[in-house]
Amino acid sequence: MTDVIRMTAAEVAAKIHAGELSAVEVTQAHLDRIAKVDDQIKAFLHVDAEGALETARKVDADIAAGKAPASPLAGVPLALKDVLTTEGVPTTCGSKTLEGWIPPYDSTVRRRLREADVVVLGKTNMDEFAMGSSTENSAFGPTHNPWDTTRVPGGSGGGSSASLAAFEAPLAIGTDTGGSIRQPAAVTGTVGVKPTYGSVSRYGLVAFSSSLDQAGPCARTVLDAALLHEIIAGHDPLDSTSINQPVPPVVEAAKQGMSGDLSGVRVGVVTEFQGEGYQPGVLRSFEAAVQQLRDLGAEIVEVSCPNFRYALPAYYLINPSECSSNLARFDAMRYGLRVGDDGTRSAEEVMSLSREAGFGAEVKRRIMIGTYALSAGYYDAYYGSAQKVRTLIIRDFEAAYQQVDVLVSPTTPTTAFKIGERIDDPMAMYVADLCTIPANLAGNAALSVPSGLSDDDGLPVGLQVMAPALADDRMYRVAAAYEQARDAAAGRTVLDQIPEL
Amino acid sequence: MSTISRDEVAHLAKLARLAVTEDELDLFAGQLDVILDAVAKVSEVATDDVPPTSHAVPLTNVFREDEVRPGLTQEQALSGAPAAEEGRFRVPRILGEEQ
Amino acid sequence: MTAATLLPYDEVLARFDPVLGLEVHVELNTKTKMFCGCVNEFGGEPNTHVCPTCLGLPGSLPVVNGKGVESAIRIGLALNCQIAEWCRFARKNYFYPDMPKNFQTSQYDEPIAFDGYLDVMLDDGEVFRVGIERAHMEEDTGKSLHVGGATGRIHGAEHSLLDYNRAGVPLIEIVTKPIEGAGERAPEVARAYVTALRELMLALGVSDVRMDQGSMRCDANVSLRPKGQQEFGTRTETKNVNSLRSVERAVRYEMQRQAAVLADGGTIVQETRHFQEADGSTSPGRPKETSEDYRYFPEPDLVPIAPSREWVEELRKTLPEPPWKRRKRIQEEWQLTDEELRDLFNTGAVDLVAATVDAGAPVAEARSWWVQFLTQQANAREVELAELAITPKQVARVIELIAEGKLTNKLARQVVEAVLDGEGGPDEVIEARGLQVVSDDSALLAAVDEALAAQPDVVEKIRGGKVQAAGAIVGAVMKATRGQADAKRVRELVLERCK
Ligand SMILES: [Mg+2]
Ligand SMILES: [Zn+2]
Repeated sequence: MTDVIRMTAAEVAAKIHAGELSAVEVTQAHLDRIAKVDDQIKAFLHVDAEGALETARKVDADIAAGKAPASPLAGVPLALKDVLTTEGVPTTCGSKTLEGWIPPYDSTVRRRLREADVVVLGKTNMDEFAMGSSTENSAFGPTHNPWDTTRVPGGSGGGSSASLAAFEAPLAIGTDTGGSIRQPAAVTGTVGVKPTYGSVSRYGLVAFSSSLDQAGPCARTVLDAALLHEIIAGHDPLDSTSINQPVPPVVEAAKQGMSGDLSGVRVGVVTEFQGEGYQPGVLRSFEAAVQQLRDLGAEIVEVSCPNFRYALPAYYLINPSECSSNLARFDAMRYGLRVGDDGTRSAEEVMSLSREAGFGAEVKRRIMIGTYALSAGYYDAYYGSAQKVRTLIIRDFEAAYQQVDVLVSPTTPTTAFKIGERIDDPMAMYVADLCTIPANLAGNAALSVPSGLSDDDGLPVGLQVMAPALADDRMYRVAAAYEQARDAAAGRTVLDQIPEL
Repeated sequence: MSTISRDEVAHLAKLARLAVTEDELDLFAGQLDVILDAVAKVSEVATDDVPPTSHAVPLTNVFREDEVRPGLTQEQALSGAPAAEEGRFRVPRILGEEQ
Repeated sequence: MTAATLLPYDEVLARFDPVLGLEVHVELNTKTKMFCGCVNEFGGEPNTHVCPTCLGLPGSLPVVNGKGVESAIRIGLALNCQIAEWCRFARKNYFYPDMPKNFQTSQYDEPIAFDGYLDVMLDDGEVFRVGIERAHMEEDTGKSLHVGGATGRIHGAEHSLLDYNRAGVPLIEIVTKPIEGAGERAPEVARAYVTALRELMLALGVSDVRMDQGSMRCDANVSLRPKGQQEFGTRTETKNVNSLRSVERAVRYEMQRQAAVLADGGTIVQETRHFQEADGSTSPGRPKETSEDYRYFPEPDLVPIAPSREWVEELRKTLPEPPWKRRKRIQEEWQLTDEELRDLFNTGAVDLVAATVDAGAPVAEARSWWVQFLTQQANAREVELAELAITPKQVARVIELIAEGKLTNKLARQVVEAVLDGEGGPDEVIEARGLQVVSDDSALLAAVDEALAAQPDVVEKIRGGKVQAAGAIVGAVMKATRGQADAKRVRELVLERCK
């Protein structure tokens, strides 16, 4: 029998539901793996062994009693990004300011996972308040890329992506504001999906940039991601921006894709996301992936989206602006770190000292940019202009989707960089999200699926597939077809090539 | 478009309630300048005829019924409080005015 | 703090024109808060009407209370405003401990209602039109309790205690256009405006408008400009003026204070001032170190509101008659003097009288019952007039029984008191107590003869032409019949017998 921790979620679920494996032994195997390797990886900020085993026992009891499993993923372990509130379990957002905070309420994502009997192993590391592309901005230390522990696992959801690549969990939840699911997936050889904005409830997702944030599934295969997608997505009356429409049939689409035929599917290659600034090995991997799509029967079209080059600057105005307001609540009055309350200082002073002590450099930097960009004299030039760019990017997407069903690009310009390499250069760090940001600004669906390893450094490369809003199923079909062809051609999966820890 | 001075950084920090250090004033003044220069690029295409987009999904009129939903108990509400007294959050003396 | 110098009021007006701006916050009486399902109720144990959203917990999100929007539109329509076809909420960013998110969810450049007016009636019946700039939706803050120090007030306190039960309660902020041309009547206009607004909110049923509980709060902006000058002078904003009388006093005080400063060659500092209830003065607030920069931007967590024109028109149909128009109509229809009209409104009897009239009673009787006897009863019983345990229909029935001669006024009062005591409706009380006017002449004649026989000297006087002496006999008969006789008839019989 294959090692339990290396199975896909779909395989594990099938075995648990068939009574061939118990959810408790599956959970325990993952807890053991975490105990064994997480010292090197540091994917988890908190492991909730008791909570996980309790859910697993319930699943086993249900199956023993002949009850139908609560969901197709009942009993399967999952790593939850520490930006989603969990009642009774610490939620820190990777920030000192929230160290030890135990929320009195559950996020909708967590509630849905509970109702589906998915086994939540614990909370994963992240850049503080999801600000970053390397997980180095976590107040609790960086997460290490399982492919090469001297490198970053991407960010902000580096804990989630690393936990998958390190076989600590077959499923994870990430959140994607500018690429925080897709970019970590790309650099760890895993699958990460940013669903259409509004399809997964943001209730209980600690807000970074409200108009961009979206939680989504992370997994080692496209089908696993689709199974998880269907569990967490759906209308939520507690989130005003939640879309009240049926979730696209992503599992069916993934299965359709796995049948290996993409004839009739029009795939657009975004011309703006190639060329200078891209690592040659990344571009070669991307070209090979496009050829594979062509071989599967897809029609390949070059598509220009001229305003995409304004996406990064627009993003770095919208996102800090919203974040400067969202993070104002961390003021040491109702929860979180309080320093300097010596009986002589005023509330205002204690707020300032606490925020200074509780936030890291990147968080402060973005709060400052956002405060500036929203200021009376600068609003039109900065925030207002960025909102206009958003319109232009939406128009580019609309024009593109007139011609093609999905768009593709490399997920990120380079493979995983070294820990520490970009930490002092914010602009260099921001470029990691160059290709992922347009989909956030437009609210469209996008995912990253591994396109093998870069031939120049042997590290994973991601293929980004983008689809129109509420057409998430299209990209699942294309990605699943590609994934299957890729493995068939290589004779193994991408993660089969990861070095042992 | 911008050259952010130390004084401006200090003013922003005050608005944002961040008791930044002297070193940070220098660091942020330099970094904000670089970042704001880079992002000022948006003005190239943000012309008058382009309407702004504030929300990715064009929804309107999302309303809730005026029905009471259970909230938190006082104990839950205060569970994360750095200090509490008489069922209330205890905070340092407030100097400013209400708005 | 030394008291400010004031210029005599006449002198103020001889030299300056006042310009007012009034900002009134009205708490809506929806069942729940504006953006969460917590109960919207005054008071309560601290921090028990709270949830993740109104406590601003990380991850929480707002959802708009549709009823709050409906009330806002109705208020806008009642203020003759345009209702936006599309508008958004905005975040007003500033740090303050009573505000859980450190931004207030409000509206900025896209209010739901704008460009309207309210006609208000002054004491002499003159109607003054106050322009309405906008009415927008927002949320209230929590409440802070300042502990330690001598005063229990913000200054000198050692620490503060916060209760967020009120945080997130729906507010409508109503802002006037600059009120010009009121001249010496500016303070009166200010009071009349807030009074009219209060009446309007009551008539709409959207708020309890209890100024004492803070469910209606007024900020008064006052500036002066030298007579003949076009541009406005520098204004001050006096915060939280929390009674109708205070609004008038605060405006008057600021006019006199500012005039004294200007007359002395000084300049007015643009500042926030506080009203002192005790002596009617205003005092400066703490100067702000940094100028306010609220960094407004559209609230990304809420989607825009686009009220359909059909909905707006449907809501327009639910509007009550404007209070000042109603006053005018009632005065004409019921032929009341100004004083009578004022009494009617001051006692809060107007709706009750109208309902009693609708039930068939003549206006004069209906008014007299409610404004006099029933108002006394309400005072004695320490309840609002409307809370008395008698319906306008029952009052109309009592009036009818008097007209039919079946009750005397005195008996009627007994009946009404019994109704108020819960003994049942007027007819039930009469039945149960056996209260009935003795209208049978033969029974009355016996009593009259008995009384005449007992007082022969009075009989002499009557026969001698002193008709008013009959009162003594009537009194005796009424006493003998325990008030159940019709005094008018008794008098007739007495005079007949003495012919
Ligand atoms: Mg306001
Ligand atoms: Zn609430």
